[in-house]
Amino acid sequence: MIEKIIGVAAYILLAQLVGGLLDGLDRKISARMQGRVGPPLLQPFYDVRKLFAKQIVGVINSSQAAMLYSYLLLMVFSGCIFFAGNDILMSVFVLSTASLFLYFTAVITGSPYNSIAASRELIQIMTYEPAVILACVGFYMASGTFNVSGIIHSDMVMITRLPGFFIAFVFILTIKMRKSPFDVSTSHHAHQELVKGVTTEMGARNLAIYTVAEWYEVVYLLGFVALFVINQQWWSFVLAVVVILAVYFLEILIDNSSARVKYGAMLKWTWAMTLLAAGVNLLILMLIR
Amino acid sequence: MGVAIFLVCFPLLVAPVMYLIPNDKVRGRVTYACGALIAAAALCLTACWAAGGMQVIEAYDPAAWVDHLILAGEIVLAVIVTILCFKYHRGVISLLAIVPTAMIAFLELRGPKLAEVNAIYVDHLSILMCLIIGIIGVLIVVYAVGYMEGYHEHHTGFVNRKNYFFMVLFLFLGAMFGFVLSLSLLWIDLFWEITSVCSFLLIGYTKTDEAIANAFRALWMNLLGGTALAVGIVYLGYRTGNVALQSLISLGVAGRVIAVIPIALIAFAALTKAAQLPFSTWLMGAMVAPTPSSALLHSATMVKAGIYMLFRLAPAMPGTTTGMMVSLVGGFTFFMASIMAISQRDAKKVLALSTISNLGLMVACAGVGRPETIWAGIFLMLFHAVSKSLLFQDVGATENATGSRNIEDMHGLMYRLPRLAIFMFVGIAGMYLAPFGMLISKWSALKAAVDNNNIILVLFIAFGSATTGFYWTKWMGKLIAFSHRSGQKESDHMFPEEVLSLTVHAVLMIALCVLLPLISKAYVDPLLVEMFGTYTDVLSTSILIMLVVTICFVFAIPMLSMVYTRNLKMNMKLSYMSGINAGNNKRFIDAMGDKKKIWLVNYYFEDFIQADRMMRYSQIFAAAVLIIMICVVIGGVL
Repeated sequence: MIEKIIGVAAYILLAQLVGGLLDGLDRKISARMQGRVGPPLLQPFYDVRKLFAKQIVGVINSSQAAMLYSYLLLMVFSGCIFFAGNDILMSVFVLSTASLFLYFTAVITGSPYNSIAASRELIQIMTYEPAVILACVGFYMASGTFNVSGIIHSDMVMITRLPGFFIAFVFILTIKMRKSPFDVSTSHHAHQELVKGVTTEMGARNLAIYTVAEWYEVVYLLGFVALFVINQQWWSFVLAVVVILAVYFLEILIDNSSARVKYGAMLKWTWAMTLLAAGVNLLILMLIR
Repeated sequence: MGVAIFLVCFPLLVAPVMYLIPNDKVRGRVTYACGALIAAAALCLTACWAAGGMQVIEAYDPAAWVDHLILAGEIVLAVIVTILCFKYHRGVISLLAIVPTAMIAFLELRGPKLAEVNAIYVDHLSILMCLIIGIIGVLIVVYAVGYMEGYHEHHTGFVNRKNYFFMVLFLFLGAMFGFVLSLSLLWIDLFWEITSVCSFLLIGYTKTDEAIANAFRALWMNLLGGTALAVGIVYLGYRTGNVALQSLISLGVAGRVIAVIPIALIAFAALTKAAQLPFSTWLMGAMVAPTPSSALLHSATMVKAGIYMLFRLAPAMPGTTTGMMVSLVGGFTFFMASIMAISQRDAKKVLALSTISNLGLMVACAGVGRPETIWAGIFLMLFHAVSKSLLFQDVGATENATGSRNIEDMHGLMYRLPRLAIFMFVGIAGMYLAPFGMLISKWSALKAAVDNNNIILVLFIAFGSATTGFYWTKWMGKLIAFSHRSGQKESDHMFPEEVLSLTVHAVLMIALCVLLPLISKAYVDPLLVEMFGTYTDVLSTSILIMLVVTICFVFAIPMLSMVYTRNLKMNMKLSYMSGINAGNNKRFIDAMGDKKKIWLVNYYFEDFIQADRMMRYSQIFAAAVLIIMICVVIGGVL
């Protein structure tokens, strides 16, 4: 019980710090890749602090903000389920419910750019969901439980049994982290054909809330990545940090070296990848069980 | 067990009375009274059965004349179908009614002496069906009183045959009760055929060319299933001399070769009734019927008859070719129908495809035939019946109010017809959203599929959930999107009956979600023990409790957010339109300098999906699977 409380408290308090730092790191590394100096490491925090100090700017009545708050809170809630060591499938399902509220936030405005981006956000959800569900199935098959605490208490390093699921998950991480080539609904840079996608109509404080929610999400997703590595050995935690940083760097690299694709291509590639990597891995797991 | 007999006979006797009452008002009153009586009887049956310790009850040894009455009923039905087939120049179809009836008649009159069988069989599964029919079914009939009033106000071109409509509805209710309460397959066959014919009559209600064509498509597909059922019964009768459903199942569980062919044929019949591929087109066509019949027959109850049959057979399924066939066809239907639903703009078509898709999942659960999958299947059936019936009625009421059931026309419904939009929102949320019932069932189906090493089903569920989420969510988005027509004030023209039925449904759905752990413990677990003998927890109590907590959170968070944000100070701006807004968020200035209205449309991927072509290919594939598998089953025995 005490472990659960520590997990939840750590997530609620630290995830925004870690997420913000990673965001700063992302900007810095991206800038260096592009031959720029880049902003200070703490720039994301300065941005958010400034945005929070402003009033809310919206295009319709308060329902837009209500949807956005729901998005943030449900996102945190799904992370809490995960970091409390509870059922991973439940956590994933609540996560997708949270994503729906981001969709609602965008679509409720009736603004043209926002609405198209919202539809694309939905396509993204449809694209990555099979890989996430299959990853949960993979954990269950390898460890015999859907509980996060059960999974990290197993003897082996999951990735040795689940390499295909890992590849598929990293593949969809590009979508979830809104990195090019799959940043079809919004990107971190306002150079999109949809202006700023789902965040187009989020003004001032709303944008700050959205950013914080994104930080929570990134930490949750990286926690998911860590789950592929962590077991009870001390070195597995070190390994997990290394793997997380490597994956994060890989995403930045991909982001900076590829152009955005059309959503159709995103859907086809991702599903093919999910089927090939995770599907084949699943088949093998079932055969050797 | 007089109550059970009352449940079967009373609606059948009321039906002709309905036809004879010419006055709408009087008929409405009689409908309420009879509906209330039926619902009360269903509850009474449940109470009697529960008071008796929830044991299996077999009762009522019928006299010979009752059996002859059943046979006479079959023959009358075949005659009616034949006459109608020839009247509309589709004589060939009548063969599918004449041949099985002749076979059944021959078995009864000239065949071997059949063992005496009790008529009535009551257990957990039939009680569950009775409750669905008795509560959801009656609510739909009550809703129909108001709906048909509005329907004929809007569709003045059709002949008003309301008395006929209500006659068929009551006929159908009686047949459904008979179907789930009978033990003898001969009786089941009769009630099966009655439901097929009721469906046929209701689809053809408007008598337009399209309705007639669709009605006959539904007829031949269902009669084909009926023929398979009859062949299975005759085979069983000749080989074993016992046509009780339960004895067939125990033969199947014991792995006796004699049971293989009848089970395969009955499973095939159930697939046609549950509108699985390749027979899904009849359910699509059935959507031309007035909404209450779509809700009652083609979503909440009749198609569930196929599922009910498969659940009954489920203990005999694991490890057999028939089981593999059923789970393969079900999983395939679940996935394909959910993709096709993405491309539909017509709300009723979406509901139809989603029904087919969800039935597919239930069928797949039955095909795997393990206690865990049946647990999931039972909950899927329960939640689907409530949510879908709510949605059908809501879409029907919306159509009566706005004159359209195109989802695009529901843009901003929340601001125009808030009452209908909220009910629709609740219904859709119940269909797929975490952590409502359907999703929990899907979750345990997924777990069971993994445990049984059924990789195809795991993949179908993983991808099918994603596509399912897509078409529901974009519909929800339409409802709440800021409306470019928010200026139009509309009234929802709902009759009190409709409001009553919708409210009860919505309350029922939320109650079922919250009470899920309780229902699981008190009802579904004993059901599985009854069916399989042993049973272990599917989802442990701690998970189920966690689930209820999650439900409360997912309800509470948006509510609190609403309350919190209501009083926030906001700076309102125009939405971003590259600087060409025309004064408000509804218009922009086009290239010619004119003001144009914004029109927002969802993605449907019509080019990419091409539902018609996809349906055809899926049908070919599924038909091939069915034919090959049935040949393997029969060839393996002979």
